[in-house]
Amino acid sequence: MNELIFFFNNVIVGGVALGSIYAVGAIGVTLIFGILRFAHFAHGDMMTMGAFIAFLLMLACQALGISVPFLPTGFLVLPVAMVLTAIIALGLDKGFYAPLRKRGARPVTLLIASIGVTLIIQGLIRLFFGSGTWNFFENETKQLIRIPVPLEGVTRTINFTQPQVLMVVCTAVAVLALHFFLTRSRLGKAMRAMADNADLAQVSGINTKLVVRVTWVIAGSLAAMAGTMLALDVQLKPDLAFNIVLPIFAAAIVGGLGQSYGAIAGGFLIGFAETAAIFNWSVLLRPIAGALPFEVPATLAIVPTEYKLTVAFVILVVVLLWRPTGIFKGASS
Amino acid sequence: MIARRSLILFAGLFVLFCVIGWMLGAANISLLLVQSFAYALIALGLNIQWGYGGLFNFGIMGMLMLGGAATTFISTPIIPGFWGSEGPLLLGKALLAFAFGFLLVWGARKADRVGIRGGWKTALTIVAWAAAYIIYRSQIDVAAAYIEATPDGWIGGLGLHPVLGWLFGGVLAAGVAYIVGKICLGLRTDYLAIATIGISEIIRALLKNMDWLTRGTLTVSPIPWPTPLPQEFQASGTSITDSFIYARLGFLGLVLIVLIVAFFLVQRAYGGPWGRMMRAIRDNYIAAASMGKNITSRQLEVFILGSVLMGIGGAMLVSFGQIYDPGSFQPINHTFLIWVMVIVGGAGNNWGAVFGAMLIYITWMISDPVSQWLFNGISGWSTDLGWGAIPEIQSRASQMRVFVLGVVITIALRYAPRGLIPEVVKREA
Repeated sequence: MNELIFFFNNVIVGGVALGSIYAVGAIGVTLIFGILRFAHFAHGDMMTMGAFIAFLLMLACQALGISVPFLPTGFLVLPVAMVLTAIIALGLDKGFYAPLRKRGARPVTLLIASIGVTLIIQGLIRLFFGSGTWNFFENETKQLIRIPVPLEGVTRTINFTQPQVLMVVCTAVAVLALHFFLTRSRLGKAMRAMADNADLAQVSGINTKLVVRVTWVIAGSLAAMAGTMLALDVQLKPDLAFNIVLPIFAAAIVGGLGQSYGAIAGGFLIGFAETAAIFNWSVLLRPIAGALPFEVPATLAIVPTEYKLTVAFVILVVVLLWRPTGIFKGASS
Repeated sequence: MIARRSLILFAGLFVLFCVIGWMLGAANISLLLVQSFAYALIALGLNIQWGYGGLFNFGIMGMLMLGGAATTFISTPIIPGFWGSEGPLLLGKALLAFAFGFLLVWGARKADRVGIRGGWKTALTIVAWAAAYIIYRSQIDVAAAYIEATPDGWIGGLGLHPVLGWLFGGVLAAGVAYIVGKICLGLRTDYLAIATIGISEIIRALLKNMDWLTRGTLTVSPIPWPTPLPQEFQASGTSITDSFIYARLGFLGLVLIVLIVAFFLVQRAYGGPWGRMMRAIRDNYIAAASMGKNITSRQLEVFILGSVLMGIGGAMLVSFGQIYDPGSFQPINHTFLIWVMVIVGGAGNNWGAVFGAMLIYITWMISDPVSQWLFNGISGWSTDLGWGAIPEIQSRASQMRVFVLGVVITIALRYAPRGLIPEVVKREA
């Protein structure tokens, strides 16, 4: 039983936390792809930017002495950070992508432009914050929640941190809100119509420019949320973006680019796969070692920890080979 | 028109190099020249893939790393301690295990020949992959642990001439490009971009963590030069500054020969029937397929050819730097930088690719000292105003390169989307 709880703490809790970050990030990528038909590479940097905005807001709050009991200040300032990042995302579109779209540039050109945006944001973040690491929990404590299991002979407790709980709550709220927006509201339906067929949507009187703006607002705010959640879970670094944008793209592609629900599924799939792949499975085999025909090695992880990042890509490549447009059928540019 | 413009641009570039050479001294400019010519070779490789074939390869970094690993393996001195130990035997076993695993997977994929079809075949393939992986891991982990425990900690090199290492870099890159291409080339644009990025990250993770092969983060150094080193000139009585200039000029000559040969071949290929066919596939692959061109195998061809140039270029850069540090390879420095070179220079035009490579490389290198100078100026001004100085100017200035690169590509896409020296589209009347 102790071993199972160890498994739960490492794989399930870690997977849910990582999966919700990936899912929230991948929704943004997939929405942009659905509406604007290009892979938005700068999404990882929008996430980092959102996280840094949240960090600055948190410092400001702490300087002013604003705090709420039982809630890390990072979560308190999250809505403001989301609004600010959404505004910046609109500005990025206006400054970098809209002129190219107006000229009728191919999606490939927009992709390359998004790399330019990546480099600019990355450069600015490093210019102002250096290349060191920052921590949201410098002046606050990261609360660890331990739940004892009421069974005989069980000594381990189920552990998770308070940010992890809040992250899952935030993700659930965001996903539900997005679901109702897409299925119930007029604008959400217009968005889905445009993702299906942009020309037809425009002909039937949908304000496509408004839809594009709303897409950037949603993508920007979700990016800020995902970035802040990641920074709260681990650490805040300027090169956070690069390590995260690739698994997020993998999640979006695995789910089928353009499919919001697919992105959520892909995010959790990749999150769980990463934690399960580096988990030491011999822990689970040890209690039944006597019944096994072979000796249980000390470490039995599917891949060594250093290769965690590659798990996402192996899944990506396998999915692309087996079902080239993702598990849920995705759009192609 | 284009010819005149490119002449003016190249003349401008020459003047720029002269001015920078005059400011930094001959030793520094010869260093910049060698590196920018090596980057020009890599940019030519990308120009074949993207400019000729329209392939969205974002995995350049992986090819450069492979080239570097190849030249490291070929040219560093032999370690007798390793060859005398049980290491080669264990590695041989691992190789056998790999071959056996490969056969297993291959056999499972051919299972329909003996009547196993559909879901059963899929299941068999998955089991074969798992079995192959377990068998390989069971051998390689032992070998790696053994070799890493020896005094040297890695297998060393073969002690051969570095130029052989460059050739091997090309061959290795070609082999990997074949596998990557087989997997990925069915994918279109965005999917291909992500898949190639993913594969280059996998290559980086492997080379970074296979300490027994590349020493990983411990880095391999010094890697020998194909031409005489500055130390050899110093031994014969040349002054230190002059020795660096002579040695680098020697290396530069070798790089130039490779670049000119590659450029000549690539340029010939562009004008010939093969180049015409590649452009037809790039512009409209459906039409090209309907004319009977085998799209997939042609794209594989162009992908491999481009990767060969990237592998050789990467090998040259590592040889020249004399250090192989897998941790120093970054997507920004080794993938996006090359993309900016080709986009700014002009995709599809080899002169444009070379021009872009040299211009962007020099911009990349001098934006650090220039912004340092700029920040020092601003800092002095703000100190005078009483706002205090800018902290950590040096580390901040080195981050400005990334920003400048982003601004350059944004401006290029906006005002010269086809590049400074664009592709000349010939039309028959």
